Amino acid sequence: MQKLGGAVILMNRNDVTILAGSETINRMAMQPFSGEVILFLDELSKRIRKNKEASLYPDVMTFGFFCRRANIESQKSKYDNLANRLGRGVVFHIAPSNVPINFAYSYVFGLLAGNSNVVRVSSKQFPQVYLLGDIMNEIFEDNKHQMIKEHTLIVEYARKKEITDWYSSICQSRVIWGGDQTIEEIRKSPLPPRSVELTFADRYSIGVISPEYILSLTEEELNRLANGFYNDTYLMDQNACSSPHLILWKKETAMSKDEFLKAKERFWQQVFEATKKYELADIKVSEKYSMLCEMTTSMKNIELVKRYENLLYVITLKSLMEAESKAKSKDDIRYRGKFGLFFETEIDSWEDLAPLIDEKVQTLAVAGIAPSKMQEIVLNNQWCGIDRIVPFGKTLDISLTWDGYDIISMLSRVVAIQ
Amino acid sequence: MNYEEILLIPPYSLDKEEKQKVMTDYLKELSCFHVDHSFEYKNIVDKLWGGKETLKMADSYYEFPFLSVSLFKKLELISVPKEEVVKTMTSSGTTGQQVSKIFLDRDTSSNQQKTLAKIVANFTGSQRMPMIIIDCPSVIKDRAMFSARGAGILGFSIFGSKKIYALDDDMKLNLAGIKQFLDEHKGENILLFGFTFMIWQHFYQELLKSEESLDLSNGILIHGGGWKKLTHEAVSKQHFKKSLKELCGIEKVYDYYGMVEQTGCIYMECECGHLHASIFSDVITRRMKDFSVCDIGQKGVIQVVSLLPKSYPGHSILTEDEGVILGEDDCACGRLGKYFEITGRIKNAEVRGCSDTYEQK
Repeated sequence: MQKLGGAVILMNRNDVTILAGSETINRMAMQPFSGEVILFLDELSKRIRKNKEASLYPDVMTFGFFCRRANIESQKSKYDNLANRLGRGVVFHIAPSNVPINFAYSYVFGLLAGNSNVVRVSSKQFPQVYLLGDIMNEIFEDNKHQMIKEHTLIVEYARKKEITDWYSSICQSRVIWGGDQTIEEIRKSPLPPRSVELTFADRYSIGVISPEYILSLTEEELNRLANGFYNDTYLMDQNACSSPHLILWKKETAMSKDEFLKAKERFWQQVFEATKKYELADIKVSEKYSMLCEMTTSMKNIELVKRYENLLYVITLKSLMEAESKAKSKDDIRYRGKFGLFFETEIDSWEDLAPLIDEKVQTLAVAGIAPSKMQEIVLNNQWCGIDRIVPFGKTLDISLTWDGYDIISMLSRVVAIQ
Repeated sequence: MNYEEILLIPPYSLDKEEKQKVMTDYLKELSCFHVDHSFEYKNIVDKLWGGKETLKMADSYYEFPFLSVSLFKKLELISVPKEEVVKTMTSSGTTGQQVSKIFLDRDTSSNQQKTLAKIVANFTGSQRMPMIIIDCPSVIKDRAMFSARGAGILGFSIFGSKKIYALDDDMKLNLAGIKQFLDEHKGENILLFGFTFMIWQHFYQELLKSEESLDLSNGILIHGGGWKKLTHEAVSKQHFKKSLKELCGIEKVYDYYGMVEQTGCIYMECECGHLHASIFSDVITRRMKDFSVCDIGQKGVIQVVSLLPKSYPGHSILTEDEGVILGEDDCACGRLGKYFEITGRIKNAEVRGCSDTYEQK
């Protein structure tokens, strides 16, 4: 391996497989949301949407949709300070092992910020990854987007520190997905002094629902909400950072106890209906039931446990106060479920939430409560957690602002004048 | 009926209806005992199964609560004062794996022995025989802390009049010793006992390599511990039996299914190749979608219920094994009760999520 002028050449490596892009990376930075990048992404979007195989994978299709010109332009319009910015140079991305398409978003974020990108894809071999690699190669082979090709290197390699060392040593920014353990591992490879790092650590997410809102919904609206909830959670085995585990019910009026129970039952019953399409492997039930047994024996503040077959388990907590004292005694005793196991409790005031909110809390999903209202509460209370507030159904929608970072700003630099 | 009385009943002599009654009555009382004596068990019954009242109203042990087998790895479950524990048994997990911990008091431990004796005698006769243990002596060194392997060996040792270990502590086959032992007991029936994989790797394959022969045509081999490792080596049940027969003339080979969480009431394989439930325990196959009971012939996840566990709430456990109930009360071998086969373990699923999962080497 050697450096040559503005380019990086990778030589004689049998243990690195290039899935797409150019062996010789062009370090020259671009402006964020450059026309060239937008055209390329639109081309990519078209080819994905035309691809027969791609239509088999909803995640690939969603990505294709994300890349279309209209969306990128609309993202661009949210920034008013792009003209005096340039990409930082080379971004080295480490994709998570369990989310096939995450690498592609990370790559697009790097491009949009104006950078060259070395992307290490998951070591698990997902067909979606190879498919996207092939589609990108098709575009590059048509010699249409030579510039973009030179800013692209999608690689696959087994976890080998010396390779990570090398890519780390040549990058101006490093983006690590995959949680705490991966971050710890990758950080053993040093970065040049000027380089920055974006880390996506393990997070925890919750939801708030208004019972009045649930009772006000038509069947169709309720069904949409329940399916949104399904997508937020079951789609990723409830194992995504932004999947809610704990549902907080916040009454807006002096609602009777019966009405309140009716609202909760209405919601969960509809969620149960929505989960019937979930691929419930035997091992998942085994683990989930075991987890339920264990929690039942160890948690003192359980009021009630409801099981909807083995698809949905709901643990009603007496209060959140126990959680607070537990959190102090143990590291990660948060109310965390798996494969469709949720906690719920009622809160009287927003301040009740305070003990629960630390920097680990990422997403707050809302139903019947305006996101802007919750944003105000987070800001006014100066909470150190909650980076995003979204309606149910949107928790997995990745965006250019993620985990509290404005990714375009983080991966580009300002050329200032005074 | 108390357990002493149940022990007097021949182990495969109750039909479906009779067994249903004996088991339901006994297990109802046993479950209530555990509710009263294990805080953890009580919590699970109260929160997940409608409490003791629901339990008392249930018509059949099919409706009684069950615990997940992995719970014994996570919690120390016990229904007697700790001072009364005389033995602690652990499952044979490989290094680094969590193991189940099972606490036995004097009564439960002694009932396990008596039950095992009743079941095995139905296959071998009640007379003791010279016994070859296909394992190494060090497995049972610590008498207060048993691994599943050690517990199995000790449990079966009561059938041996004279005993010899076939392997030394370096797991080498003591061929000369075995030969001498067989010479001393010419003409007698010989009991052989060991774990399936150990027998295959350290006895059969070593014997095959040595090019020497052993005459075990008077032998009765009982083995257990599962087929997982042998399935990896593509050794089937039939192949196992055939190979042993060809090499040392052994005709009587009985596999058994059992687990450390319910030691004693093992499920022996009959002459027709079926695993049998005795009157001391039962197997129920369940659909994981909703825990409903599978039909005969339908594959499901195995729940085991046993009358034995008194010092710990392990009398009703959902395992991670898959199997099929082949029939009830009508096996050609003549034994009453359910007969079944184990088809494997529930498979590991690829779990999605954004935090990486690291497999340790």
